[in-house]
Amino acid sequence: MKYILALILGLLVGGALFAVGATYNPFVGKQGLSPLAVSKSQVVVLSYSANASEGILFTNDGKSRVDPHPEKVLQLWEQSIRQTTAMATTLRDARNQVAGVGIKFASLSEKTRLISGEALVDSVWYVYLPGRGGVFIEQTENYWSYFRDVVVPAYRSSSDTWTGVWHGSMTSGPGALRTAKVSGAYGEFEGSEMLGVESLSIRAWRVDSGVVAAEGQLLIELQDDRVVEAVE
Amino acid sequence: MFKTFLIGILLGIAAAAGALYAIPAVDQHREVSIVSVAPNGGNSESFHINIPMDRVMAGGQGQTAALPAELAWPQDTILADFGAELFKVRNARDAVVGIAARTVAKHDGAEIIDWVIHLPARGSVYVNMNPIPQEGGYRVGQIRSGTREFATLSGAVSERWVSDTSGEEDAPAGRVELAAIYVGRAEPEAIE
Repeated sequence: MKYILALILGLLVGGALFAVGATYNPFVGKQGLSPLAVSKSQVVVLSYSANASEGILFTNDGKSRVDPHPEKVLQLWEQSIRQTTAMATTLRDARNQVAGVGIKFASLSEKTRLISGEALVDSVWYVYLPGRGGVFIEQTENYWSYFRDVVVPAYRSSSDTWTGVWHGSMTSGPGALRTAKVSGAYGEFEGSEMLGVESLSIRAWRVDSGVVAAEGQLLIELQDDRVVEAVE
Repeated sequence: MFKTFLIGILLGIAAAAGALYAIPAVDQHREVSIVSVAPNGGNSESFHINIPMDRVMAGGQGQTAALPAELAWPQDTILADFGAELFKVRNARDAVVGIAARTVAKHDGAEIIDWVIHLPARGSVYVNMNPIPQEGGYRVGQIRSGTREFATLSGAVSERWVSDTSGEEDAPAGRVELAAIYVGRAEPEAIE
């Protein structure tokens, strides 16, 4: 009997050791420098509040940590869209002026592999910038670092809260350099294929309500026609 | 007994790793796709949106009935020409399979109507509509970009409003019908 108990205890300790090792493995989920941070092309920088209640609209299955906003918005409770969120928000430029509106759909990705530090989300943005045009952004986001550096510490905190400064580039694809694919829709972007990156800066996170203070940022690298001309 | 404990630890690590590797962390629900072959090539698929029950958001400046009622649509003058609606999207069997955004904007005096259709288990499609309605009251647009399942497809999507004539008590006021035709993009020929 005591051998069986020792084996069960060992199994539990082994499972716990693996969970701790996988969560804090320094070799997975590393946040590298955003490739657009060193771009020589013109980059459009758009900011938005990552706090759901500060946007125009946010909805999910209604059972998640983050409450839908406004309160009476239709919830995405059907089986096919239960793991999806929809958001509409105003986008601000570098001078903090309203620059446009963004609509984002995000769904948990079936390519998620926690064992290799990939907590993936497939998302698309539709961005309207008055006077300039519109773009469609396709990306895969990796929330592993966010989970490890913000969510887990919040759960470990006696106040169920994490505060600090965390900045991370969420985009992990489909571009080889962890960039999003940006398709120009109309206006000055029409016909362009560009690169983009979405990042988050978090200052406070609570276990019961999720993000308390955070800002999101979309960076879109404009096509540099001069480079194309030089090649031709 | 200590050896048994150590063996248990190793087995626990192996079992946890195996479970994490083998059991999918995310499993999106899939409705069976109802795709048929179009007469002149490509595949066709139809979706619809029951109005008003599938409308998630209706926003725009000067809109008399915003949805949801508490929606605080931005009143900045530069957004005066922009409006957006969000919907749940149903397949031909009336099952919800995704969500979609329909936006209306003005650029250089011309009306721009765009759709983004997001099907979580399959991917997303971005469609730019021709704002001028065709004979019969429908609009046609081109698929400009797609993700995952739709990444290699081009084609067209039409939108049409169909009023309900059933007279049933709980029937919707009508439906927005979206008919998509997907055509595979030609692969570039290999350089010999």
